[in-house]
Amino acid sequence: MAETFEMSGVSVNFGGLVALSDVSLSVAAGQVLGVIGPNGAGKTTLFNVACGFVRPDTGTLTWRGEELRKLRPHQLAGLGIARSLQELGLFDRMTVLDNVLVGADRHATTGFWPALLGLPRRAKDERALRDRAMAALEEFDIADVAARYPASLPYPVRKRVALARALVGEPDLLLLDEPASGLSSAEMAEIGELVRGLTDRMSVMLVEHHMDLVMSVCDDIVVLDFGKVIARGAPAEIQADPAVQAAYLGEDVVTGADSR
Amino acid sequence: MVRRHLLLALGALVVVVLVLETTSQFRNAQFAAMAYYAIAAAGLTILTGLNGQLSLGHGALMAVGAYSTALMLQSREGTLPLLVILALATVITVVVGALVGVAAARLHGPYLAGATLALAVAIPGIPLYFSEWLGGEQGLNVRMPEIPVWLADAAYFVTGQELTQIRYLAYLGWLGVIVVFVLLANLSRSRVGRNWQAVRDDEVAAELAGINLGRARVQAFVVSAGCAGLAGGLLALSARLAAPSGFTLTLSLLLLSAVVLGGLGSLVGALVGAALLTFLPQVVTGAGTDLGLTDVQAAQLAPLIYGLVTVLVVLLAPAGLAGGLRKLIHWRRSS
Ligand SMILES: Nc1ncnc2c1ncn2[C@@H]1O[C@H](COP(=O)(O)OP(=O)(O)OP(=O)(O)O)[C@@H](O)[C@H]1O
Ligand SMILES: [Mg+2]
Repeated sequence: MAETFEMSGVSVNFGGLVALSDVSLSVAAGQVLGVIGPNGAGKTTLFNVACGFVRPDTGTLTWRGEELRKLRPHQLAGLGIARSLQELGLFDRMTVLDNVLVGADRHATTGFWPALLGLPRRAKDERALRDRAMAALEEFDIADVAARYPASLPYPVRKRVALARALVGEPDLLLLDEPASGLSSAEMAEIGELVRGLTDRMSVMLVEHHMDLVMSVCDDIVVLDFGKVIARGAPAEIQADPAVQAAYLGEDVVTGADSR
Repeated sequence: MVRRHLLLALGALVVVVLVLETTSQFRNAQFAAMAYYAIAAAGLTILTGLNGQLSLGHGALMAVGAYSTALMLQSREGTLPLLVILALATVITVVVGALVGVAAARLHGPYLAGATLALAVAIPGIPLYFSEWLGGEQGLNVRMPEIPVWLADAAYFVTGQELTQIRYLAYLGWLGVIVVFVLLANLSRSRVGRNWQAVRDDEVAAELAGINLGRARVQAFVVSAGCAGLAGGLLALSARLAAPSGFTLTLSLLLLSAVVLGGLGSLVGALVGAALLTFLPQVVTGAGTDLGLTDVQAAQLAPLIYGLVTVLVVLLAPAGLAGGLRKLIHWRRSS
């Protein structure tokens, strides 16, 4: 399939600490892949490798059939890959609209000189970006706070801003790092619905601690423990896997099922 | 938005003509100084306020513009038109700024400040080293070229007064202010300015949005270096001199304090800061002699008051004078 993201044989060492060891996985078009594992298992590191923030010691990344060599984070948006950050990373001294406009910047068609000289074609470009950003705000039901600053908004709303910023660029692959943390169960259900609704447009890779969400949303799940893949498969298989249960033993697993 | 900037520029031009035509030579000279301070401060406020980079080297970048201008005006038999010379001085400073910017792009916060501090210390040393060519400690005298005849005639025709050298310089400076402010306002309201702000607020998120951090930083540094270069050129013309003593670290610090006083990132603030830099010393000195201080004592009062004002503004109006004023207006309106 064309829109596939693959990691194969990825290993990362921090000093002596093995953060990832020979990890391979792939996300097909329109698929939601869950990445779970106990604290410190290497999930965020995996995302950091996928984004070019961490260069793996061994292993390769492939996107749409082409190997990504020397990937740098700022190239990601242009490749059609977006990521939401665990700690949101909103631009605090910019309005919500401007935050989302930065996310839409991938679609800009004019550069520095038209901006400096204020040429008419940059005004047209800017209008197009603005329409795009406003549409994203509408979609997330936050158009009414477009002129506000993120710090003045409640956490769930800030989360939506971060999501709108990631999605306004219309990526083909979305990496979500703990999108449900700090949300109520109703809001979590909304996130679940939202993620499922994305699959006709893009693939999603999801790191999440809330098992009910992971189980209900993901097509496929990869379980990491101490940097190693210890299981992979459909949600039902993962839930039944004794190795996974062993890895989570003693962990504070957030699940409705009888995991202990 | 852009049309609004042009309309504002036109309005500003009218005000400039009215003010310069109705004030004395002495005031004209002060306005010329305010113009180059405003241009340099505007560049610095964009760099620091929008992009979050701290530069202690803008005084040195002004020196580059000043010496470039002075060198181009050395030849006795005819020189390039003044506007061309100023444009070239700006371009030369842009190139120097690009070199410094590329070196500094990897540095952040205190490290960047350190690197630009090195610039502030090193650049005034260069004329001493190449004293044959750059005039050493004494510096280079700058011969102000004659006002073009057509311009002098046109000015007389419109205003009914002789266009003096000083007034000509003030016009040149304020023309520079208007052009620079329109361009910077365009930039800061565009995706370029927005991306600079994103880099300032959160590097990781900015990078994930597709912004090349290094490139954005160098871009911002280069733009503000260009402003410093133009300001330096105008300073050299005003002072009739480009000498190392004019571009010490103090100049960089004064500019930075003007930017903080006016309000970081605000172009109006840069104008306010420049006005304070230009007029406050004279006002304070005047008040001092009125209070019975000797001239020397009164002159020493100015930096003290200036420092005091800066501290007060930082404490009472962290958004600077421009920001504080805006807040006051809002408050008056809503109550
Ligand atoms: N930059 C780094 N330098 C050194 N060690 C690191 C670095 N980043 C992560 N680690 C270590 O690598 C391991 C994996 O960390 P990572 O953040 O990927 O885990 P995680 O699965 O995301 O955990 P959590 O569920 O707590 O978010 C941890 O032991 C962590 O301490
Ligand atoms: Mg993590």
